[in-house]
Amino acid sequence: MRLRRAALPYLLILPAVLLELLVHLVPMLIGIGMSFLKLTQFFLRNWSAAPFAGLDNYAVAVDFDSAVGRSLLHSFLVTVVFTVLTVGLSWLFGICGAVLMQGSFRGRAVLRALFLVPYALPVYAGVITWSFLLQRDSGLVNHVLVDQLHLFGERPFWLIGSNSFWSLIVVCVWRSWPFAFLVLMAGLQNIPGDLYEAAAIDGAGWGRRLRAVTLPMLRPVNQVLVLVLFLWTFNDFNTPYVLFGKSAPQDADLISIHIYQSSFVTWNFGSGSAMSVLLLLFLLVVTAVYLVATSRRRSDA
Amino acid sequence: MRDPRWLPWARWAGLGLLGLFTLTPLYVMLTSAIKPLQDVQGDFHWIPTRITLRPFADMWRTVPLARYFANSLIVASVAALVSVLIAIFAAYAISRFRFPGRRIFSVTVLSTQMFPGILFLLPLFMIYVNLGTALGVELYASRTGLIITYLTFSLPFSIWMLAGYFDSIPTALDEAAQVDGSGPIGALLRVVLPAATPGIVAVAIYAFMTAWGEVLFASVMTDESSRTLAVGLQGYATENDVYWNQIMAASLVVSVPVVAGFLLLQRYLVQGLTAGAVK
Repeated sequence: MRLRRAALPYLLILPAVLLELLVHLVPMLIGIGMSFLKLTQFFLRNWSAAPFAGLDNYAVAVDFDSAVGRSLLHSFLVTVVFTVLTVGLSWLFGICGAVLMQGSFRGRAVLRALFLVPYALPVYAGVITWSFLLQRDSGLVNHVLVDQLHLFGERPFWLIGSNSFWSLIVVCVWRSWPFAFLVLMAGLQNIPGDLYEAAAIDGAGWGRRLRAVTLPMLRPVNQVLVLVLFLWTFNDFNTPYVLFGKSAPQDADLISIHIYQSSFVTWNFGSGSAMSVLLLLFLLVVTAVYLVATSRRRSDA
Repeated sequence: MRDPRWLPWARWAGLGLLGLFTLTPLYVMLTSAIKPLQDVQGDFHWIPTRITLRPFADMWRTVPLARYFANSLIVASVAALVSVLIAIFAAYAISRFRFPGRRIFSVTVLSTQMFPGILFLLPLFMIYVNLGTALGVELYASRTGLIITYLTFSLPFSIWMLAGYFDSIPTALDEAAQVDGSGPIGALLRVVLPAATPGIVAVAIYAFMTAWGEVLFASVMTDESSRTLAVGLQGYATENDVYWNQIMAASLVVSVPVVAGFLLLQRYLVQGLTAGAVK
């Protein structure tokens, strides 16, 4: 009886553990293993026969004089700039929306629900709509910018060339700011009202209350929110894939798309796995540094 | 405590701009779905001049939308159902038992959600292909493979949220049930589950949405017969014509169920989010 009781929690988590092993942990280990193999299309059906490649796949990926390494580095840098801008803007929009939503006014509930729609929409439905908006000849964006505001003489392309980078940021911010808004609103609700009362009695105005009460109290929420936004944005595959189709433009070549294309175009899974492992290492290091840095600041304060 | 006099103005200006940015694409989706094809091919017009419901009828014929729809529905429903069941047991274990490995389990499960999908994609593709040849189990390009994949995507967050929910239910309640002669499982079924119903429904909606919207694995792990909406909607762009009005109509139809579900249950989702974050 006591043994059965001790075993019960393990039985309860067993299905979850098995599934996580099958779909996440084992594939991850296999992926690390694959990155050391010369795993080209000839070995796909019988990949145990693929010859050992040592660190060759890694050497090619980080050799920035080779075409493979250079394009990987380019894709990495594009992703870094893209992520910083997208996360920054999403957070900014989210905090503006959440702070301005405080208090009660007419239409608050409706507005709040409408703001959340882009987050609730299936990715492909929202992003396909944006690709229609961004069409050169029949899209809304050029209609407004060129026909109505006369900002450009010539109709710009938004889905190819260097503009595609900015299009991608706009679409990603549109999709992810409602999540920041949702989380920050929940965070604001947990700030006790007497803190504001006390600050007001001390003579603090609206702006001072925002800086002295709201933002410091939101720090734990922000710590998690920014990390989650960073990881989602950095790994984003869905948005560029739906927005640009099979061939992403050079200027919007995010790292997930890059690895996907270089794996499935050349069927060189060994090299694709090596790139994925490098990506994972980078994310782990950034996450660790971020957690250490933000936690220390929190305990100093 | 008085708000400054400019605040209402700032509020309407700020929220107005955010609203414009957020709602314009939704407006375009709605209005383009009721335009004839010529009106979405030429210059854009804000106000539809000729209104038609034809796109909603034609969209089923241009691509096999009904099949994609059925595939998505089966995959997302089964994935959500199984994922919630598994999450309930795991969350109950985390919330009500203190056992060695509890912390490692929760941290590992949660951290798998942070890893890039592209990292699992290639190995999982290989595993499914090779399992298929070795065992005769069709996982690659089948709905079963997609279901197994998707239910693990929502599992970590579901466990985390449900554990937060269960924590908020007083243990005195299940102890009372156990005194009455039920075992821990009886207490889970008779006391904890009924009290956590809104949370469980919210988690189910979340799991459904996750599976309904996934693109990366759907693009690699399906063929024509198992294709889901995520990939199928791209079929409206042919070499000669892009049926934008039908795409918008189809996007609208596939979005309505999940958006409605999400908005109805967002309060519980937010509760779950904060319950998990406070822990």
